[in-house]
Amino acid sequence: MTNKPLTLAEKVWNDHLVAKGEDGSPDLLYIDLHLVHEVTSPQAFDGLRLAGRPVRRLDLTIATEDHNTPTWDIDKPIADITSRTQINALRENAKEFGVRIHSLGDAEQGIVHVVGPQLGLTMPGITVVCGDSHTSTHGAFGALAMGIGTSEVEHVLATQTLPLKPFKTMAINVDGTLRPGVTAKDIILAVIAKIGTGGGQGYVLEYRGSAIRALSMEARMTICNMSIEAGARAGMVAPDQTTFDYLEGRPHAPQGADWDDAVSYWKTLPTDEGAKFDAEVFLDADTLDPFVTWGTNPAQGVSLNDTVPSPDDFSDPNEKAAASRALEYMGLTAGTRMKDIPVNTVFLGSCTNSRIEDLRAAAAVIEGKQKADGVRFMVVPGSAKVRLQAEAEGLDKIFKDFGAEWRFAGCSMCLGMNPDQLAEGERSASTSNRNFEGRQGKGSRTHLVSPLVAAATAIRGTLSSPADLLEPVSQEAN
Amino acid sequence: MEKFEVFTGVGAPLRRSNVDTDQIIPAVYLKRITKTGFEDALFAAWRNDPEFVLNHDAYKSAQVLVAGPDFGTGSSREHAVWALRDFGFKCVLSSKFADIFRGNSGKQGLIAGQITEQDTEDLWQALEANPGASITINLVEQTATIGDLSVHFDIDEYTKWRLLEGLDDIGLTLRDEQAITDFEAKRPSWMPKTLPAKH
Ligand code: SF4
Repeated sequence: MTNKPLTLAEKVWNDHLVAKGEDGSPDLLYIDLHLVHEVTSPQAFDGLRLAGRPVRRLDLTIATEDHNTPTWDIDKPIADITSRTQINALRENAKEFGVRIHSLGDAEQGIVHVVGPQLGLTMPGITVVCGDSHTSTHGAFGALAMGIGTSEVEHVLATQTLPLKPFKTMAINVDGTLRPGVTAKDIILAVIAKIGTGGGQGYVLEYRGSAIRALSMEARMTICNMSIEAGARAGMVAPDQTTFDYLEGRPHAPQGADWDDAVSYWKTLPTDEGAKFDAEVFLDADTLDPFVTWGTNPAQGVSLNDTVPSPDDFSDPNEKAAASRALEYMGLTAGTRMKDIPVNTVFLGSCTNSRIEDLRAAAAVIEGKQKADGVRFMVVPGSAKVRLQAEAEGLDKIFKDFGAEWRFAGCSMCLGMNPDQLAEGERSASTSNRNFEGRQGKGSRTHLVSPLVAAATAIRGTLSSPADLLEPVSQEAN
Repeated sequence: MEKFEVFTGVGAPLRRSNVDTDQIIPAVYLKRITKTGFEDALFAAWRNDPEFVLNHDAYKSAQVLVAGPDFGTGSSREHAVWALRDFGFKCVLSSKFADIFRGNSGKQGLIAGQITEQDTEDLWQALEANPGASITINLVEQTATIGDLSVHFDIDEYTKWRLLEGLDDIGLTLRDEQAITDFEAKRPSWMPKTLPAKH
């Protein structure tokens, strides 16, 4: 061992080395937690069956149903054949191989990235993989968490390891204090707008600085979740007292002497003084506004107080072309105030923003207010547990009184694999993470927003923050 | 994965170049949830044509495909290799392969052997003169032989070794099985466990 100062990511990597790769071949890393869902697992299980291999560590594997599950009438058979087939395949595979599964209707069912942390399975200093790019969410605990493809899912099921090439590290320093109404979602949208959708390529990002330290675990998960939208392999936040407090007492969190051992190890994880990052980015939290996207990739975002940019604002020819294509697809005119853009649907959900804290924040904004006419407001908790907790706190009543649809847990309109889709040309304010063309249904137009902006938008009918609720809607918007 | 050294099987001449992965297996078949059973999807569009080579009785059990240049271009879908394998092919010979296709083949135990254009023509003629003729593929010597005609094929050393040893990616990793077991013995007890289930 050397005494070279190390980053958080390097420490976790080193502590999971099963075999060091030689002559440019990848390292073999041990995987502590493997999360499985219905979309990317069927062929992996079939591969095991074909080769006559078992799942190596059933005690490090857990499955849930999320992408295809309906959020309405969950007691009825799933109508779509592809969706039904994938879910049935997962159930049968889980049964045949002995994998723990949380199916639709179960109290622990939900989006895979909400379920892991809520059970206390996601911990600092572990490696987490899942056949889903937003596995980066779990990095909020100081875990090294990565999305993988189907052949890698099979590899982890069979060997509990993964051959991986080392990555570079990037520090994202966010210092200062967020103003009221500005949230974690705005930080990450601003980061992505700053470094671009390819800016993180080849890197593991570490979010640092006083503004990050001040965030709750839910908020840190929102940030790490979207690391992938910046092109990064993973995103991480060093564990601290906030992390420990969140974990303590959760069903699968360590207990007794194990807890003490764990905490003393976790305290060694933060990046050492003097450790070198391959790249650094700085963002000032004090001056940040609520952020929203205007285009068709997550880097095409601006302050909510800005106007829709013009292709001429971009000097890079690719960005210019992308902007003009995006404006056409989004049906927007350069110069329009972002706050004057009317939406048809507000979607509060997805692994980015569907945890209890997100629902509480939105509910606090709408309580006692009137929903804008003609706006549909869908609230989809991230897991059945979140739904139950929200109901215990009476949040469901606030949403229903407001005129929102109070739905069952799943990915839902984040990607529209189930019936929750936008119609062609419809526009949403969505708390999810991707605003790609057609993501929420063919011809759908998505504006990525925070839960606070989602709630205020549902009240005013145009993209808005809670601070705008005092201002009447501009005439041009209607 | 099965180990290869030498095998003999019926050769099918596919006189087409630029056979991309969409032609090998159209996108509609990608919705399936299995890794096998894609034999009906192989060259689906061409299978409706009674004149298509694989529709002739002589080639029903073909195991070696001799194709024109630029085989396997297009999308990276692994299904293309699965479909060829499920139909029964163990080897494809062509004067040029798309890189991703060649990589996927090696991982799934399908030999993608590169031959010259002249050798392709010679093999086609030999197979067409005698439909249903067998080809012997010798991976050790890197030769494809029909009667008196024997041609050399290229394959990279690493892939050749994997195929000779019958190692897929998982098999390769499991050669480090002892290291994995040793690592597991040292894992601290506070690490997460999904079982027994606690709520
Ligand atoms: S909520 Fe959206 S981004 Fe998250 S796992 Fe589901 S589909 Fe993927």
